[in-house]
Amino acid sequence: MASYKKEKSVIWDWLTTVDHKKLGIMYLIAGTLFFVKAGLMAVFMRIQLMFPENTFLSGQTFNEFITMHGTIMLFLAATPLLFGFMNYFIPLQIGARDVAFPFVNALGFWIFMSGGLLLSLSWFFGGGPDAGWTAYVPLSLNENQLGLDFYVLGLQVSGIGTLISAINFLVTIINMRAPGMTMMRLPLFVWTSFVTSTLILFAFTPLAAGLALLMLERIFDAQFFNPTAGGNVVIWQHIFWIFGHPEVYILVLPAFGIISEVIPAFSRKRLFGYTAMVFATMIIAFLGFMVWAHHMFTVGIGPVANSIFAIATMTIAVPTGIKIFNWLFTMWGGKITFNTSMLFASSFVPTFVLGGVTGVMLAMAPVDYLYHDTYFVVAHFHYIIVGGIVFALFAGLFYWYPKMFNHKLNEKMGKWFFVLFTIGFHLTFFIQHFLGLMGMPRRVYTYLGGQGLDDFNLISTVGTFFMSAAVILLVINIIYSAFKGERVIGINDPWDARTLEWATPTPVPEYNFAQTPQIRSLDPLFYEKVHGDGTMKPAEPVGDIHMPNGSILPLIISIGLFFGGFGLIMLEMDNPIVSPWIVLAVGAVLTFGSMALRSINDDHGYHIPKSVVQADLKKWGGGK
Amino acid sequence: MRKQIWRLVPVALMLFLLSGCLGEENLTALDPKGPAAQWIYDNMLLSIAVMTFVSIVVFVIFFLVIFKFRRKDGDDVLPKQVHGNTAMEITWTVIPIILLIILFIPTVTGTFDFHVNADPSEHEDAVYIKVTGHQYWWQFDYEEGFTAGQEVYIPAGEDVVFELNAEDVIHSFWVPALGGKIDNIPGVTNALTLNADEPGVYKGKCAELCGPSHALMDFKVIALERDEYDAWVEDMLAVEQEATAANAEAGYEAFQENACISCHAIGGQGMATGPALTNFGDRQTLAGVYDIDDDELLKEWIRDPQSLKQGNNMPAHPDISDEDLDAIVEYLRSLQVRGADQEY
Repeated sequence: MASYKKEKSVIWDWLTTVDHKKLGIMYLIAGTLFFVKAGLMAVFMRIQLMFPENTFLSGQTFNEFITMHGTIMLFLAATPLLFGFMNYFIPLQIGARDVAFPFVNALGFWIFMSGGLLLSLSWFFGGGPDAGWTAYVPLSLNENQLGLDFYVLGLQVSGIGTLISAINFLVTIINMRAPGMTMMRLPLFVWTSFVTSTLILFAFTPLAAGLALLMLERIFDAQFFNPTAGGNVVIWQHIFWIFGHPEVYILVLPAFGIISEVIPAFSRKRLFGYTAMVFATMIIAFLGFMVWAHHMFTVGIGPVANSIFAIATMTIAVPTGIKIFNWLFTMWGGKITFNTSMLFASSFVPTFVLGGVTGVMLAMAPVDYLYHDTYFVVAHFHYIIVGGIVFALFAGLFYWYPKMFNHKLNEKMGKWFFVLFTIGFHLTFFIQHFLGLMGMPRRVYTYLGGQGLDDFNLISTVGTFFMSAAVILLVINIIYSAFKGERVIGINDPWDARTLEWATPTPVPEYNFAQTPQIRSLDPLFYEKVHGDGTMKPAEPVGDIHMPNGSILPLIISIGLFFGGFGLIMLEMDNPIVSPWIVLAVGAVLTFGSMALRSINDDHGYHIPKSVVQADLKKWGGGK
Repeated sequence: MRKQIWRLVPVALMLFLLSGCLGEENLTALDPKGPAAQWIYDNMLLSIAVMTFVSIVVFVIFFLVIFKFRRKDGDDVLPKQVHGNTAMEITWTVIPIILLIILFIPTVTGTFDFHVNADPSEHEDAVYIKVTGHQYWWQFDYEEGFTAGQEVYIPAGEDVVFELNAEDVIHSFWVPALGGKIDNIPGVTNALTLNADEPGVYKGKCAELCGPSHALMDFKVIALERDEYDAWVEDMLAVEQEATAANAEAGYEAFQENACISCHAIGGQGMATGPALTNFGDRQTLAGVYDIDDDELLKEWIRDPQSLKQGNNMPAHPDISDEDLDAIVEYLRSLQVRGADQEY
């Protein structure tokens, strides 16, 4: 067994780490970079639409931007940002020392990254994919557009990463809970992450199958989607939306979880109707799978199917409504502190309702014949995704920042950020409801003057400038706070919060908990504050702590998959510099070779000796 | 720039107040011009009423909460820790279900009412027009056997059944002021019934992303009184190539010589892989979006169509002589069955 603390360089340490906290931070950084990239594309698109018949972007470039904006935001920005928080806080919130499979956790991150980079490479090979993030066939079968091969392979690879991370979360939450942490005592963020992971398990598999079909058709000339050869165009839409609709809930459920953590913490009240919240989460997830065809009301799948899917879709409003009112009544009677985190969390509630009510409107199938594929839909889903998920991400960022980075973000800048972002958000998207009804289809790179669309488009674009200014202010805040922010080293619980992650020392030691805590209630830390001495009771004596070794293999495996994906794309290139088969072989050797190495090499990890743990305990206090 | 933006604030406020008349007439769905559009508009208002009620309830509670339950400085008294309240939970489960039932009913009846079978034999009394979506233009085949491009003529006040197909990728046929949209899908045949209350020109758009020039795939629905419509059908059927050619002999020849006719049918002549030009002289727009009266634009279109509609399938004609080009333009303008100064 290896000795404790091998000295490593910082870079090597981060490349080989299997620590869920470091991986969480890596997810956050990667997600932020992709968020900025896709956000810039959005700003460019809004500039193009600022005036009628603008020529800032061509139709082709605009289509590449809409495709990449949507794809990146959902797969490479929102998902990793949420995964960042999930990675960092699920183990802390359930009283575990790590996730169930630390190696797989690192593998998930690196595979996601290599898929994301593969997708981004498309810009250097003749432009991004241009068929929309849904990649509807036959448009996405365009032979001349190499970008679509990058879309197919990039998403395929990054999807594997997402899938194995989700399986890891499932096993972690089922198996690694501290003594007394029953399922009905799990914090809502863990619950929603658990349900989300289940959704990923069942939704990313059809996506993988669909992408495989698309790859076979694009690269190996299969005919699944070619109607003249007996194929079916609509089948892609079914496969895509069986993934695509749950995807919305994959993103929004952890966002609900964050809101359910922040609101009780800053209202100083326990979550209203905890049990109802848990079951509402499950019902939403279940119904989320039953409603995919509401994206296809205008496809002509028949009145019976349209009616069933319409009613199932509307029904989702009921469990969502339960959640909304439970949040409101968590705040009711509380003592609310409005810091930046709480500003985002509380205003999430009415904002999300605005997105939700248009969702019910869209669910009325015959009325959807009007809304479908217009700016009304664009407005609706941005109310859900920005007004919901992004608001929750910002709430979570300000809330958890001290635990992750040992200092707080500046509150004054934070509040300005909130004000600017909220104004910009409503200015941009509220008006788009009307644009849609006034006859503006979505995904148009231009519109003619004199159709009554000019003013509202201009207002919408001005809104994006507010949001951009807000995000720039956030970046300034992060940099400023890194130097001048309020330090919380040694302060475990800066918010007077309720859940277990705030019982760990700040900075969090690599083993999280010196002694696994004994959980006695929902909101365990709050329980100890009221009924005990304010610290968690240990469930075990101080002893050696077993930790996994870092490994470079996850990175190498993912590099192998990157080469594999790239080799397949090279099959479509006109004059590849090297033979695609060589690239494919290199990828296979790297991936399978690393896997074999991992299998034959016994790695038992290492132990942090009792003496070190005791020294830490003396430093941070506590310990029996 | 800045001045322009501030000028908009009162405009925007006013527009919100007058939300019944938002957008351009004969385009916006907020000013419905046919029974289908009217039904959709009414039910949209119904759902907005229900949803406004829900939103108001949430907003009232929200603002009550955030003003009433702020923590005062130095207030360290712990609020009462409540688990929840079963009666309240049941209330906010049952009331939304009742509200949804109000919306279920028109949803289901409407879905069945709007459904149209794409079978001509079921619509023998109605005007039945086959619509084919192409990158990036629309083809309209009439039962009488002639074809029109970009602009579809219908009789006002009557149900018109559109059979929807697509040639290359998925498109979506949408005339906002007249009703909903249904997709044109390769290998699938859909149908949609529209009815224009009054004669007029209604703007239509492609609603499904179909390539770089998706934004430029506009079309017109031109509703005429029944007798005018009948006359138009007669004229379209009666187009005689010889007579037309006599008006612009040189242009006709240039049109043939440059092989335009191998893609663009006129009357019964030629192939129809591109838009039929039988009534080009009656068109309201060039390529669906551009100023039809601009000769230079039309010439630019013939020389280099890509510059005006990126990704379309018409080959460029860079080598065509100026003389030929002038003649072709003159010829195209002569292709009228109604006359360019017709009122609609």
